[in-house]
Amino acid sequence: MRDVAVIASAQRQERSIDNESEVEFMVPLMQQVKESVGLTQQDIGFTCSGSSDFIAGQAFSFVMTIDGTGPVPPISESHVEMDGAWALYEAWVKLQMGEVDTALIYGYSKSSPGSLRDVLATQMDPYYVAPLWPDAFAIEALAARQMLEAGKVDHQRLAEIASRARTHAATNPHAVRRTEKSVEDIMGEAPMADPLRPSDISAAADGGCVVILAAGDRARELSDRPAWIRGIDHRTDAHTLGVRDLTQSMSARIAGEKAGVGDDKVDFAELYAPFTTSEYVLTEALGLGDDVVINPSGGALGAHTMMASGLIRIAEAAERISRGDGDRAVAHAGSGPVLQQNLVCVLEGE
Amino acid sequence: MGYNQDPSVPPAALSGAVSIPDALADLEPVRSVTTPLRMEYTATPGASLSKYLRAMKEKRIIGDVCPDTGMVFVPPRGVSPVSGKRTTETVDVADEGYIESFNITRIPIKGRDDLHPPYVSAWVVPDGSNTGSIALVAGDDLDLDDVRIGMRVKAVWKPDDELEESAANILHWEPTGEPDAEVPDMMRIGRPTDGGAQ
Repeated sequence: MRDVAVIASAQRQERSIDNESEVEFMVPLMQQVKESVGLTQQDIGFTCSGSSDFIAGQAFSFVMTIDGTGPVPPISESHVEMDGAWALYEAWVKLQMGEVDTALIYGYSKSSPGSLRDVLATQMDPYYVAPLWPDAFAIEALAARQMLEAGKVDHQRLAEIASRARTHAATNPHAVRRTEKSVEDIMGEAPMADPLRPSDISAAADGGCVVILAAGDRARELSDRPAWIRGIDHRTDAHTLGVRDLTQSMSARIAGEKAGVGDDKVDFAELYAPFTTSEYVLTEALGLGDDVVINPSGGALGAHTMMASGLIRIAEAAERISRGDGDRAVAHAGSGPVLQQNLVCVLEGE
Repeated sequence: MGYNQDPSVPPAALSGAVSIPDALADLEPVRSVTTPLRMEYTATPGASLSKYLRAMKEKRIIGDVCPDTGMVFVPPRGVSPVSGKRTTETVDVADEGYIESFNITRIPIKGRDDLHPPYVSAWVVPDGSNTGSIALVAGDDLDLDDVRIGMRVKAVWKPDDELEESAANILHWEPTGEPDAEVPDMMRIGRPTDGGAQ
């Protein structure tokens, strides 16, 4: 396998970005990342992005965002209707093929123009489920209820996850929910989608993330301490919720095994967990023990930019590796109802 | 069976009776499923497009200036697709220009009863802009056979008291009768910036 590393990243997340279009707020991030490693768009071998028109309710919004890369003369480019982490996977494959040495990846969305929890109902089966308009909170609440009834988690454990996420988010300038809250106070919150309380649910944000990948010596040349991708895999569960055990994630477990999560000590993990219950499921599926710091950035509970949140997990983990905060990290991205798809990436410093 | 090449022949699936298996013979066939779908958004156009729409209310067309090349893009989107940089400067361009290309539409479009075929959709480049955009070319005496690349056209605006923040303020573009513009270069990127074609 060819050595490929995350060498630079930039992100912006805000509760709502009203005065800028998606391309207007993405261009400064793209420029910032390229400038930080001294590359121009023409130096970049492959560009790949993740977004969805449903989020902002704007048809073909991603077409305009391509203009932000400066694609003159024409560039090699691709787009996925998935979180930007899957765009990173596509770029990683391209780098593995030896076709290119560098890649620019971005994911973004503006969810504030609509109601994200309702928009997400459109990803359900359009014949039997979507016509009932089950919103994303209600669907996750079904899974949460099963976990609680099965005795896998209790409210105390979920409140602890929520409280710790808020404490971490308070130190992250990109987080949008940055007020600390005690376990006791969270336990006292009125349920929002019973049994889920407001603090169990991610904090929706507008924004995006841009990452640069580089292979081998090119990565060493451009970065003092690249965050090497030692393993990466993604798996999907069935779309039909009824055939899955929602209290666990087989796809996350298999992706974690294939990526080699358990092969060595993990210092910290950045997990795409839009609910406290998803964090519980993921730590179990990936076999992360109490010694692993989970979501030092505050995770999606601190800021959840749909289509970028998974890529941001990879960027956050890579930043920490490059800074020397740890030597081995797990980054995870998820997609679909109740984490139908899971991508796991193991990052290491040298 | 090859592809049907005749556009006037309906697709096979719609051309005959629906057949159903014997086991379902007594049931009424399901011909369609309707899924109610409604999502509401409060969209904001962004800084650059907002400025463009506000200018429209004043019967002005504005474009973005590329900070690297000086090229002018209409409508402005806040970014130069040539350099990939945010634009900070806007300029007024003329409400006159020339037809870079065109087509004549002869079939009606669903939901656009205001358009009466045959009509001309053209790519109009305003003077002072490096890019054109799609526009309706019309006029009382417009002879469709007369429409051509290089034809000079001018915007016909809505009455002043009906102007709003909308690109629809331009009802259509009509020929000016001036001599044709010379269209020296079909490449949209790289066109000289000195006010379009001469």
